Amino acid sequence: MTDDLYTSLAWLPAPPRDFAARVKNIDAMPAPGAPCRALAGHALDDNQLGRLGRVIIRAQQQGRDLSPLQPFRLGILGNGTLDLFVPLLVASAARYGFALDCIVAPYGQIAQQAFTPDSVINSSKPDAVLLAVDHRGLPLRFVAGDESAERAAVESALAYLTDIRQAIRRQSGAIALVQTIPPPPEVLFGSFDRVVPGTKRRVIEAINRGIAESVSGTEDLLLDIATLAETIGLGLWHSPALWNMAKLGCDNRCMPIYGEHVARLLAALRGRSRKCLVLDLDNTVWGGVIGDDGLEGIKLAQGDATGEAHLAVQEMALTLRQRGIVLAVSSKNDEAVARAPFQKHPEMRLKEDHFAVFQANWQDKATNIKAIAEELCLGLDAMVLIDDNPVERDLVRQMLPQVAVPELPEDPALFARTLAAAGYFESVAFSAEDRERAEMYQSNARRVALQNQAGDLDSYLASLEMEIVFGPFDRTGRARISQLINKSNQFNLTTRRYSEADVATAETDREVFTLQVRLIDRLGDNGMICAIICRTEADENDSGRTWRIDTWLMSCRVLGRKVEQMVLREILMRAREEAVDTLVGVYRPSEKNAMVRDHYARLGFSKLSEEADGTTIWALACSTEIEAAPMAVRHFGRELAEV
Amino acid sequence: MDEIYRRLAHIFRDVFEDESIAVAPELTAPEVPGWDSLSHIRLILEVQRAFGIKFAAAQTANLKNVGELAELIQAKTAAAA
Repeated sequence: MTDDLYTSLAWLPAPPRDFAARVKNIDAMPAPGAPCRALAGHALDDNQLGRLGRVIIRAQQQGRDLSPLQPFRLGILGNGTLDLFVPLLVASAARYGFALDCIVAPYGQIAQQAFTPDSVINSSKPDAVLLAVDHRGLPLRFVAGDESAERAAVESALAYLTDIRQAIRRQSGAIALVQTIPPPPEVLFGSFDRVVPGTKRRVIEAINRGIAESVSGTEDLLLDIATLAETIGLGLWHSPALWNMAKLGCDNRCMPIYGEHVARLLAALRGRSRKCLVLDLDNTVWGGVIGDDGLEGIKLAQGDATGEAHLAVQEMALTLRQRGIVLAVSSKNDEAVARAPFQKHPEMRLKEDHFAVFQANWQDKATNIKAIAEELCLGLDAMVLIDDNPVERDLVRQMLPQVAVPELPEDPALFARTLAAAGYFESVAFSAEDRERAEMYQSNARRVALQNQAGDLDSYLASLEMEIVFGPFDRTGRARISQLINKSNQFNLTTRRYSEADVATAETDREVFTLQVRLIDRLGDNGMICAIICRTEADENDSGRTWRIDTWLMSCRVLGRKVEQMVLREILMRAREEAVDTLVGVYRPSEKNAMVRDHYARLGFSKLSEEADGTTIWALACSTEIEAAPMAVRHFGRELAEV
Repeated sequence: MDEIYRRLAHIFRDVFEDESIAVAPELTAPEVPGWDSLSHIRLILEVQRAFGIKFAAAQTANLKNVGELAELIQAKTAAAA
């Protein structure tokens, strides 16, 4: 994949490794609609899109069932080799739920096809006709310095396009999708081209303006290829070599984004644009983790590079809301903690009343997004989730494939641009109701109750191919362990802070059991995500040995993945080896760790006592067997007894 | 040259969707089902991508057989190295 956001469709997940095999499988399926759409939802290059498109076309020709893809017949009129684009358009349209049937006009026949009632295009009764004409397909003459020649050129080009549009409408009843014209990058004078009447640059820009004005107020739609080509780079878009060799209107590397933009417009035409943006908070709406870093610690300030990147996300959400996109929050946080920046942080642009629904809890995001959609009476296919965490993105994609979840780059500076590039909110009209829609949805940031879990979480967890790695504290992990001990606030049962020297002492203390835990999964190495310190105590009644869990902390990034269960299982196994009978857990409340108040209760401990400050003491017999969660287990650095 | 043919075989099987194509110097377009002007463009695009080279239109228009294509690739990749 290239590093270019647009040409690589970087907001879509990378294609599966076995893409070729999957395409081949589709070729043999009696009803390949759903797998076609799923495969089309990846960041495919022109070759891959072509392959998928040809397989879909073959299924259409053989009359196989392509539901739930909906048929759409698109006539294509233009100059250049259009046939090569067809499979790419078909695959791109499958991404948006269409079984696209393309009718291509014979090479070079634009006017004939539009005006003749029984032409291939008109007689096919298309739903829409794409007018893919570029500067080489228009009757244009460029006379530099001649203002009246410029006017004449613009007028004749616009009249030609309008005649064709009207003929299509008259003869076939189809609406026209009219492309603007990407100016070629070759200049005549240089910067002066924009000043001198009659230059290509001036004439083409005037035509594009005229096209936009002429479709306004009609049913025909604008497909702004000029802006797309300028965004990507006119020098990349226009390939003289490929034009000469094969009459390709754009470089083959630009074909995937071209197909995406055509398909996007068809979706908007059919009312399939998305309507609700669900925002994650930590490291998406602001930099940092509010539960750990606090109001003073999160990055939001003007003048701070990270802060400005996240403010740009907020700005974009606000402008989307102004044009009628409903906003919601889904964040893994305690609710009061998550709401605090909206209420108290002076740099926040987004406020609570910009959101229709505000979900801050520790449940999985798929369940929350489903609840948000139900509350707003929107389909899941109207929802977009923006979230910096790849595991959350992956989970929502797997459990709720209808929800759009853009891949995001590491650098938050590109979050807003990536969201815009994905085009989820492509629209073909803008009305007064649109402007009022966000208000109609009563932006009172209400919380909605969760019904049932959105899907089969266990099978999702299994699909993550997790591997959990246990080892004692050691020199290699020392710095990170100490960092975790001193930084973790939320998933931290006792919030005891220890220096690196303390950690080093614990490594060799025979009365102390330590555990550092890493988690690796299909999406990468999450690094060290948990640290445990248990201290040995002789039982008061001398009835046996006890381990008191002095420290149990975890990274919130791996919540909801049954890591706690596996960690407890590991502690119990080691405890039995050391002839320990009882495990004692302590919860010491802090301002930030309310989320683990019931941690030991959830794991099956029984409460021994509760103190005035809210501290609770818990116990569990070490003979307790804990069920294994779906992940592989690996150990290092400790001699293990045979189990 | 062997390496070029090995990679060409992969590209041919991909473009013409036929796992049984035997890519040899004497192979010509009429012998391969589906090798028309359109799939010729796809073939050229894939060769350019795979070998990281660019052809001029004149170079690809008059190729007589796969052997000439392979020689062109060799000349281009040698020039690039």
